[in-house]
Amino acid sequence: MSAAVSAFISIAFHGLAFAMVLYLVSVGLSVTMGLMGFVNLAHGVFAAAGGYVMTRLINAYDVPFPLAVVAAFILVAAGSVVLERLLYRRLYGADELSQVLMTVGLILMSVAIFKFFWGPLAQPMRPPAYLSGQLDLGFRSFPTYRSFLIVAGAVLVTLLWLGLERTRFGARIRAAVDNRRMAQSVGIDTDRLFTLAFALGSGLAALGGALGAEILAIDPGYAQEHLIYFLIVVAVGGLGSIKGPFFAALLLGITDTAFKYKLPEFGAFFIYAMTLALLLWRPQGLFGRSS
Amino acid sequence: MSDALAGRAAPAVEALLRGHRLRPWEALPWLAAAAAFFAFPDYLALGSQILINILFALSLDLILGYAGIVTLGHAAFFGVGAYTAGLLAAHGWGEPLSGLVIAGLVAGLVGLVSGAIILRTRGLTLLMLTLVIAVMLQEAANKAGSITGGADGLQSMQVAPVLDLFRFDLYGRTAYLYCLALLFLGWLAARRIVHSPFGRSLTGIRENEARMHAIGSPVFRRRLTIYAIAAALAGVAGALLAQTTQFVALEVLSFERSGAVLIMLILGGVGRLYGAFIGVPLYMILQDRFAQADPVYWDFWIGLLLIIVVVFARGGVLGLAERIARRLSGRR
Amino acid sequence: MSAALETQGLCKSFGALAVASDIEFRLEQGARHALIGPNGAGKTTFVNLVTGVLTPSAGRILLDGDDVTALPQAQRVKRGLARTFQINTLFRGLSVLENVCLAIGERLGVAGDLYRPAGSRRDVVDEAYAALERLGLAGDAKRLVRELSYGRQRLVELAVALGLKPQVLLLDEPAAGVPSSESGIIVDIIESLPAEIALLIIEHDMDLVFRLARRITVLVQGAVLVEGAPQEIAADPRVREVYLGEREPA
Repeated sequence: MSAAVSAFISIAFHGLAFAMVLYLVSVGLSVTMGLMGFVNLAHGVFAAAGGYVMTRLINAYDVPFPLAVVAAFILVAAGSVVLERLLYRRLYGADELSQVLMTVGLILMSVAIFKFFWGPLAQPMRPPAYLSGQLDLGFRSFPTYRSFLIVAGAVLVTLLWLGLERTRFGARIRAAVDNRRMAQSVGIDTDRLFTLAFALGSGLAALGGALGAEILAIDPGYAQEHLIYFLIVVAVGGLGSIKGPFFAALLLGITDTAFKYKLPEFGAFFIYAMTLALLLWRPQGLFGRSS
Repeated sequence: MSDALAGRAAPAVEALLRGHRLRPWEALPWLAAAAAFFAFPDYLALGSQILINILFALSLDLILGYAGIVTLGHAAFFGVGAYTAGLLAAHGWGEPLSGLVIAGLVAGLVGLVSGAIILRTRGLTLLMLTLVIAVMLQEAANKAGSITGGADGLQSMQVAPVLDLFRFDLYGRTAYLYCLALLFLGWLAARRIVHSPFGRSLTGIRENEARMHAIGSPVFRRRLTIYAIAAALAGVAGALLAQTTQFVALEVLSFERSGAVLIMLILGGVGRLYGAFIGVPLYMILQDRFAQADPVYWDFWIGLLLIIVVVFARGGVLGLAERIARRLSGRR
Repeated sequence: MSAALETQGLCKSFGALAVASDIEFRLEQGARHALIGPNGAGKTTFVNLVTGVLTPSAGRILLDGDDVTALPQAQRVKRGLARTFQINTLFRGLSVLENVCLAIGERLGVAGDLYRPAGSRRDVVDEAYAALERLGLAGDAKRLVRELSYGRQRLVELAVALGLKPQVLLLDEPAAGVPSSESGIIVDIIESLPAEIALLIIEHDMDLVFRLARRITVLVQGAVLVEGAPQEIAADPRVREVYLGEREPA
């Protein structure tokens, strides 16, 4: 196959893998923002926590990969509920600045905590043997783990979308995102709903962080380093939207990968410029609602 | 009519008419700064840093505390000012005062252009765009390494004596007084603005933007104006840093710097003009004591302090002082 | 002579929902005009369209004969259009006096002054205080708006709009939420407004409407049902049906 087509396929493949990670991490942030209007800049902390839990279980305790991933989801989701009850809840009606400051404080504390327990370096991430190496599809081969990442991501995304469309829980979330007061007046317990949605979002972020550790390395500064990308995915996708951030993540992931291949010097700059342009054209994001 | 009213109107009207007059305690910061100059001759370098950050935080207070614009990218303007002054000094233009003015103007221009673009948005989108602008500038500075020195920083700056008289000495005496003088000027400007009708309208915009539109206020123009002015002041602070340390690193544009100045201001109290004067020394002295020992612990404790302040003492030190003062006067 | 305020074919839809359908409306100079209709009829939406908070899907808005449809809110205010909000929309953290000062300052064009202290504009403060005296709010001048009762806040809402010295004043349920003990003042103020001001009041209180209005427009589901003098409206069977669900015997 020609070099151009091969490059194109590589970009699409790696871009898609990156997009999956970005989406899994960011979708929870979009829901939080849409549901409670809460600016949670510390959302990346849950992703990093997922990565830390998974790598610790695998590296120190020889826990099998699937189990470690599931454990990461459960532990981080549970931890997020504690944090939500203790801290986030206090600032639900608060002004934007207070929310920003609180979450910045959380980021700072998380950096220190991660550094204290795991040291300043990135956690080594070794996929299990059956997911390592290359996958030969005939016309070319692909890294096995990334292929797995794409498939696993697709499965999770499908489950998420189906879950939100078909279940009552999902319907309640969509209702509350659409119009919280109305949802409350028809008897939806928005407090509990939000805790559950928050836990789900944080758990998904943990999955994204854990599964994507190979693409976005797990280090103490994770939440802060990648904050801007998560925010771009959510803002460009549309706050509160579930599907919007997926397309934004695709756009971001593929563009970023394309530039890394062809023009590594200018990738980030181009993405920021594109974000600016997109948001000026549609301030509510691609799939958001204009107020 | 005014005379007839004056008798009955006394308290409420007079309060508004006199609000801008200087109070005696407003001399305290300057007395403290002067005292520090004589009392701590070995710490003047830290002192200059504090003065520079007070100016920086003051500029942030104008847009955050008064206009209500939440930004995580204010370091963009600080950095632009720093690099402008640094580049001027590195390329033969060593005269500091003019370098300072130019740096301020360039930073103000960047503020004007970026503000014109992003101030049309709101909420999380605006917050993110402030971050994007700062990061873009940092990327640009990094990539243009041949001009800016990139990750190694801008060096070989030759800064001439101030007014051709005062050389920047090794003890930092000139630097300290230079920074103090500029802080004083910046404070004068900020104070003027805050007490002016424009400043009052900013408070209105922060309190209830819908109402401001409904009384015919050109809201966008006002916000853009203060954004550009604050950017210029931040640029002056950045230029001061460049000129007094003769070095500019990429971190002047960083998220860390934007975050740190935000925390300093919150600690002191937003929207009260003097929050910067309290929060900055507090933060920097604490940092000087504790961060050297163990930077990891510093992040943890400052993060915790920030959360505690946000949840329990949102108005910072000045807010607490106000609450105490109200309680005391209420008891009387 | 051109109408103080006029709309031609004013329409607004949110997706499939039409909240304003082809509204033709005239507010004459010096009018005392009321806009009534059941809840959800689109009265506040109409005010939002006229003032510029909402952009119409179609139609024109004319202020004293000039087409202002494309003008933003603030510029319509500069041309003499003022409104009060159905729910108090004030600067809650500022004093009552300051609230009115801000409006007067904008009107006089001094609010953009960066340099001179606000306190040097004695004229603004004096005028604001005088306005408060007329509304019986002088005693509360120094108090923060959020410390006042809802009824007194409603008076401040009125004072702020009056501080703009408008030619066209739109009052959105001025007495809503005000206990009857305090609403008397509001009615008195409205009655004593200068005759040159064109006044449009949205109200549910029919006593108020019939006392103040010389002309009434009835709005139902975003469209004008009928318009006329108070007696005509009171006798109109369609109006009775809309409000009371009665049908006149055939």
